Amino acid sequence: MEQLPFIAELIISILLVAGGFFSLVGAFGLVRLPDFYARLHGPTKATTLGVGSVVVASMAYFTLHTGELAITELLVTVFLFMTAPVSANFLAKAAMHRKVSCMEGTRGEPWDQ
Amino acid sequence: MTAERFGLPQPWLTFALFVVWQFLSDGVTGASVVMGLILAIGIPLITHRFWPENPRICRPWALIPLLLVVLYDIVVASVSVTILILSPRQPRSAFVAYPLTLKDPLAITLLASTVSLTPGTVSADVNDEGTLLLIHALDVDDDAELIRSIEQRYEKPLLEIFQ
Repeated sequence: MEQLPFIAELIISILLVAGGFFSLVGAFGLVRLPDFYARLHGPTKATTLGVGSVVVASMAYFTLHTGELAITELLVTVFLFMTAPVSANFLAKAAMHRKVSCMEGTRGEPWDQ
Repeated sequence: MTAERFGLPQPWLTFALFVVWQFLSDGVTGASVVMGLILAIGIPLITHRFWPENPRICRPWALIPLLLVVLYDIVVASVSVTILILSPRQPRSAFVAYPLTLKDPLAITLLASTVSLTPGTVSADVNDEGTLLLIHALDVDDDAELIRSIEQRYEKPLLEIFQ
């Protein structure tokens, strides 16, 4: 296995750690946030950047390692960006339909139609 | 219209399917191009009945600056949501009804997806008339400010692309 230059390894490692950190925070948000609607934000959000960092790290690693441009990972991002909002939307609609209660101090009203 | 005569009811979908297939098949080869063409022409023919009407895309290149703005917002807002999750204070959530200027269903879908992807906001619903988008914001002080920023940053470029 051929050795990558130190600076490349450093950047890839930082991206991987950042990816892990943002995914962890997203998961922690599920525990910490007070109501259903707020918890929706955790996994759909912090994870966007988490997965993004891992994808960029993977692209950088394989591009430098094989010498060919690795862009297949972009598909991961594309499919994630297409599906994550739809599932969040369905969860929110289901919650509004069931009249899940909001935390105190929430302004505005959910509607159900 | 002309594209329809050549058996391509949705040229943009055909193009997107072809490109995605080339990505999926690990290198552009003769086989992947042939298979990609078969899928890219066949799938729109089978599914075009499910699409109520063809979206009119006027300026596809205007999508690129919008994408850059969205990517930048995702990074900035992710960090602020991270700080909020890790800090002990309670978030100030709000449901905000966003008045839509967009008419095209695909454009509204794109706006709703963008709002959901940028951290701190999730689009929860569109009313039956397609005039209001209900957004749940995790932590906002000023609803009007949120509406203004979505309008400036995302809806304006989408209006340019679709109208």
